[in-house]
Amino acid sequence: MSEIIQGPRHGCALGAQQTVVAIERAIPILHAGPGCGSKLHRGLSLAGGYQGAGYAGADAIPCTNMIEKDVVFGGTDKLRDVIEGTLKIMDGDFFVVLTGCTADIIGDDVGSIVSEFREQGVPIVHAETAGFKGDAYKGHELVLEAIIKQHLKPAAQIEKGLVNVFASVPRHDPFWEGDLNEIKKLLAGIGLKANILFGYNSGGIKALEEIPAAQFNLVVSPYIGLKIAELLEEKFQTPYLHYPVLPVGGIETSKFLRTVAEFAGTLSEQTEKFVVQQEEEFYHYIVRAADVLTEYRLNQPKRFYNINDASYALGFSKFLVNELGYFPIHQFINEDVPEEYKDAIEGYFKELSPEISSGITFTQDGGVIEDKIRSIKALTAPLVLASSWEFDIAKEISGLHLSVGLPIIDRLILHHTYVGYIGGLNLVEDIYTRLLSKNRE
Amino acid sequence: MSINLSQPAVELRESRLKTITGYEGDAAELLSRNDIPNRERSFTQCGSCSADQVMNLLTQIQDAAVVEHGPAGCAGDIPMRNGVFRTGNKRMGYNVHNVKYLNTNLDEKDTIYGGGAKLEKAIREAKRRFNPKVIFVTTTCASAIIGDDVPGICNELEEEFGIPVIATLCEGFRTNIWATGFDSANHSILRKIVKPARQKQPDLINVISFEHKFLYESVFRQLGLRTNHIVPLSTVEELERISEAAATVQYCETLGSYLAAGLEEHFGVLEIKAPAPFGIKASDELLREIGRIFHKEEEVEKVIISEKEKIAEDLERLRGRLTGKTAYIAAGGPLAYSIIALVKDLGMEVVGTSVWHHDQRYDNDDERLNFLRFGVETYGNFKVGVCNKQAFEVTNAINKYKPDIAITRHLATVWAAKLGVPSIFAGNEPTEMLYDGLIRFGQSIDDAISNPAYIKNVAKHSKLPYTDWWLKQGTYSFLRSEQNV
Repeated sequence: MSEIIQGPRHGCALGAQQTVVAIERAIPILHAGPGCGSKLHRGLSLAGGYQGAGYAGADAIPCTNMIEKDVVFGGTDKLRDVIEGTLKIMDGDFFVVLTGCTADIIGDDVGSIVSEFREQGVPIVHAETAGFKGDAYKGHELVLEAIIKQHLKPAAQIEKGLVNVFASVPRHDPFWEGDLNEIKKLLAGIGLKANILFGYNSGGIKALEEIPAAQFNLVVSPYIGLKIAELLEEKFQTPYLHYPVLPVGGIETSKFLRTVAEFAGTLSEQTEKFVVQQEEEFYHYIVRAADVLTEYRLNQPKRFYNINDASYALGFSKFLVNELGYFPIHQFINEDVPEEYKDAIEGYFKELSPEISSGITFTQDGGVIEDKIRSIKALTAPLVLASSWEFDIAKEISGLHLSVGLPIIDRLILHHTYVGYIGGLNLVEDIYTRLLSKNRE
Repeated sequence: MSINLSQPAVELRESRLKTITGYEGDAAELLSRNDIPNRERSFTQCGSCSADQVMNLLTQIQDAAVVEHGPAGCAGDIPMRNGVFRTGNKRMGYNVHNVKYLNTNLDEKDTIYGGGAKLEKAIREAKRRFNPKVIFVTTTCASAIIGDDVPGICNELEEEFGIPVIATLCEGFRTNIWATGFDSANHSILRKIVKPARQKQPDLINVISFEHKFLYESVFRQLGLRTNHIVPLSTVEELERISEAAATVQYCETLGSYLAAGLEEHFGVLEIKAPAPFGIKASDELLREIGRIFHKEEEVEKVIISEKEKIAEDLERLRGRLTGKTAYIAAGGPLAYSIIALVKDLGMEVVGTSVWHHDQRYDNDDERLNFLRFGVETYGNFKVGVCNKQAFEVTNAINKYKPDIAITRHLATVWAAKLGVPSIFAGNEPTEMLYDGLIRFGQSIDDAISNPAYIKNVAKHSKLPYTDWWLKQGTYSFLRSEQNV
């Protein structure tokens, strides 16, 4: 992550505050500078389809607001005061102390302060999430790691059919709540009870404490969540299934469900019937749209760019290539992907289908993305699945732009999802609504 | 006061204006003293930092680039700033484009070995990518603590490029008063961009505001005045020449204090000494002061009469509906004091105010610019809590007063809504100024109060993140005593 950034997207590790806000009745406590919480809320939440404050997010987040004298004399006393105040003022079940650059550079011993409270029975953990450690995905993993290492205890008994889901990164991925909810419904269809951990009705601290009781962990992403699953295997001997493709549309979702059912041991006549019925219903609508999807006059995009995180870029690419008959031009992966995963991710894009592959560029720098796009001659108008940073470059190449990755400042996103059968239909609707309105308004 | 432009760092509000962020009392007491010590809190929630307000101005200059020297999270405000910039350009009919911004993405290695080389590379990239007329280089907590020599690097590249490369020092930990960020940005503009006037333009007036030019426009046109709206959406060339204006007007001391005073002291551009044009009396006074400065006294009287005639019927109707209703106001200091005028003109009662900070002096220390004094003398005394944008205090107060409406700025309105209190967000587009602004604002209040269906539903289906214990405590019970500071 040494490159400079034009068009910032994924914040810093302290963006983990959004992960905490997504846990029901959990309260983040920042030991950081006065502007960090507010900036990260806007960058990752408002600029993510206007997700709002949540239960205890935005300006309700307790924070030490470290100033110069704290930098000089240390801020641990202030942190102790703020934690004490939090326990009186904030109505929460679980507390997560997160450190910013200032605290981590001056080396405040946050761990010992937090353990004072934990020893008194307060459900509290801490994570070192200084901004210079990486982006918000990194922060998300650091928070989960902290919860597992500092709070979770082995389960008395393993619950058959219970599966912890590590997929869309909460509040950071603008579609997280819809996505996780859809995965939950799909897993129910194959006889599994999903422990979703984040968002509406997910269970809060109870859901977290159930993590060790799961039959297995499910990682749905090219790599995010893998470290967590490995840690859980080491600590609680829970096996995990890594499914690298976020399933979008009919083919991939059916494949996903059959793979998970086989791993879980729930593959049966009944679950197979569920899968077949869902895929048929999906294709009912896809067939119904054939009139417009084969229309010539609309200048349909048949080639595409993805400018997104690895998970979405791969999920969308698979769907567009294998189900809509599109061709990839080039894909840009713009979170701070750890080196160790880059080869594998490149491999996934090399085999989108048996005949079709795509080159990818890992970059967090919008300038690099724009230069590369400008260097490619496009004969037809491409689809640009991107963020709100790419309005201008999409216009420059006469592309069809749809905001689907952070930052999204031109859409309000509530329960919308691009995952599963319904997610595939949503993507088709959104692309073609954009195309039609561009042509007809 | 004196605006010292010799150093790259602006003198902080704490020392320059004796600004405080913790206080409980009333307006009359605040006015009677200018030596109130600050009171700190033993519990605090996320505030805001000066770097944020620096970006509020500098990223919005058309042909300037900004290089922020810090980790990527410090850029969290930029996507929405880009949205505001695009909206502003679209509204004005200008070319719509993204902000010209780069972040140096400081990583762990940089915090150990220093980020100077990376910064130099980023500044060169900003020059290559954006071909700007000016490059602002801003600091953050991380880059300041590790001690990178930002002014030194800027000076070297300025010489090489032949354009201003301006170190804007605004690391978040340096001050708890985020409005200092406006001063840091304006300090850079005054120090390095504004040029001495080639020729004074006697009909030109600088208007300091945000991304909207329509506010004073119709009135100024009637007076035959041309306007320079600064700083957002300006070009560098426009900023170079703001010294040629005859006067400067602003509507918010927090935003414009430093720039207006600096233009007066260093470039001979008069600041209009009058309260901000919120409510009828302040609008009259401001326009009369402008009339006096520009020798257009008669024209001003005509404008005042015709503008008042235009709103008379609506004002009477709104007063009929709103008289006796109660309001709680939470906003930045001078703006909160200004909103009181609107609410009072509409016949409403102000049950309390939360202001983010309070300046005990002004850059142009002239009592006519003391909006608090104007408010108290015109509308009477009122309660003031200085709360540094602390949502738990504002929520506690709104819960206690249960006003008919909460008027907030910079703070999520959802907290009032969760209490079932209608709330309007008086955002960064103060369309509530001058005579017709009073009507727009009054209509918004009336609409919010008259159909609270949405608010009632929000309250019914949500819960605040605060304990019942806290909601029963005194609003400022976490303020330390003055002796303890």
